[in-house]
Amino acid sequence: MLSYIARAAARILLTFLVVITLAFAATRLSGNPIDYIAGQGLTQEDRALLIRYYGLDRSVAEQYLAFLKSFFDGEFGLSYVERRPVSVVVAERIWPSLQLLLSSVALTLALSIPLGVLAAIWRNSWVGSAIMSFAFLFYAVPNFVLATFMILVFAYWLNWLPVVGNGSWAHFIMPTIAMSGILIAGLTRFTRNAMLDVLGQDFMRTARAKGLTETEVIFRHGLRNASITILSVIGLQVAGLAAAGSVVVESIFSWPGIGELLVRSAILRDYPVLQFGVIAVSAAVLLINVLVDIAYGFADPRIRFGKA
Amino acid sequence: MADVPISPRAMTRPAALGRTLDLWRQGDAIQRLALLTGILLVLVAVAAPLLSPHGPLDQSLLNRLAPPIGFERYRPGYFLGTDELGRDILSRMLYGLRLTLSLAFLGSIIGLIVGAIMGLVAGLFGGICEDIIMGAVDTQIAIPFTLIALLFLAIFGSSLLVMVCVLGLYGWEQYARIVRGEVKRLKTLPFVEAAHAAGATNMRIARAHILPNIVSPLVVQFTLSFSNIVLLESTLSFLGLGVQPPTATLGSMVGVGRDYMPTAPWIVVVPALAILAVTFAVQILGDWLRDRADVRLRSR
Repeated sequence: MLSYIARAAARILLTFLVVITLAFAATRLSGNPIDYIAGQGLTQEDRALLIRYYGLDRSVAEQYLAFLKSFFDGEFGLSYVERRPVSVVVAERIWPSLQLLLSSVALTLALSIPLGVLAAIWRNSWVGSAIMSFAFLFYAVPNFVLATFMILVFAYWLNWLPVVGNGSWAHFIMPTIAMSGILIAGLTRFTRNAMLDVLGQDFMRTARAKGLTETEVIFRHGLRNASITILSVIGLQVAGLAAAGSVVVESIFSWPGIGELLVRSAILRDYPVLQFGVIAVSAAVLLINVLVDIAYGFADPRIRFGKA
Repeated sequence: MADVPISPRAMTRPAALGRTLDLWRQGDAIQRLALLTGILLVLVAVAAPLLSPHGPLDQSLLNRLAPPIGFERYRPGYFLGTDELGRDILSRMLYGLRLTLSLAFLGSIIGLIVGAIMGLVAGLFGGICEDIIMGAVDTQIAIPFTLIALLFLAIFGSSLLVMVCVLGLYGWEQYARIVRGEVKRLKTLPFVEAAHAAGATNMRIARAHILPNIVSPLVVQFTLSFSNIVLLESTLSFLGLGVQPPTATLGSMVGVGRDYMPTAPWIVVVPALAILAVTFAVQILGDWLRDRADVRLRSR
């Protein structure tokens, strides 16, 4: 188990280093960011002062080293726009993002796993095909289109829900649904397929033959076995989709999270924030990947002992 | 000696029309609808300059924020209404659709070419080449592509060219993985070994024996990646990071129109419905093609 974890961790660390280097290289490709952020009416002296202030007068190698070093200081440089340490700017965004993410994942799991199981059990009745048709259609709805229609109906026409911010529980409803739409559709389809695979196995017949009730068969033997494949999809796909989704959804609803921060700093060319934001989100996704790998090992002894 | 696979030299290609008819006969109702929608969308996009009643950028300030046909205050000639500058929404939508589809098509093609070459190189040469390429593939799979796109667009600014490059960067890793896998499988088959023995160069083997054999999985991946690229382009344009005004794609029409949603919802609803039509058609067609390819794989 230990060597299994070590291997997963080493792979992720390497990827992470590549991400850091890419994020650094990318932002240095575009010439001097001072020209974008400070605008036109800047005297030569002020410009030189700003360049020194942000450390942009040093060589690329020095900047790269300083960049790497800043990871250990926990400072990550200054935001060009807000003139505050990047770590502070990003840190205050984490909790709102996490709240939205957790509520979306909760909604996704609460809906898609029961729906997927039902669709698998009733695969030949209209219930199963209705669930699958809905999942299929929803999978094709981009989250910003879903969000736009919801805002139109529930905020402007019916006046039920607020659009901007994250002040109360009512603020959570639309962003959570907008984030979860595609996730629910995808995971329902996936849960159904994973369940169908398991339902056809010999041990299911054995479980029934030894007298377990249908519910016990489905939950104890069916879902438990399907959960391994479902788990991997949650980790790998959901993490990526949620990161992409939060960028869009948070921007639409002015949710004060990391996704909104990323889009804003991309538009304003606030490179230090963008750089660190990209690294932080990538790190989170990679971390989830590792955790899933490890959880995968716990759920399936064949993997843990390297026999699979 | 019954089962020695022989290289199916460039198969005689039935006309595209014949294939489409084939597909039509095998589809169910939803799939046929998707096929029809897809064909219709492409035709409309190609014929956009002929179909548009106005230029996509023509402003008519007297006719600002006119609603679509059937509502009061409707202005004759502007079937789907006008936006905040009095531009005809139908025309803008047609041109936007055209741009969205062309961008997605260009992006998919670039991704396909880059990915196929990478996969071919990795599979044929192996060694350090393969390690580097597959390392890059793993990295790109691990990072959400939206983040890479954000970095890119922030750095190089938003223009059509940058947009095409960003979209082209999407999905190459999937092609590379498929091609590498297939190449490694094909390399061990007798007809490739025979070609080697007969003195064919790597280049010739790649072109004459490997490429014709990986066309089918690549076509399937192309459809899947096309639908994702449509989504990506719309999303980026929606956020204001993609194609810049006054040029419009479907995504940026929804993004810009948001400000007028309470008073003039049609500015947003029309392009949003068009996006839905595109994603439905592409998604269903992609899934359908993949299922067909799977069946073929299973029967092998």
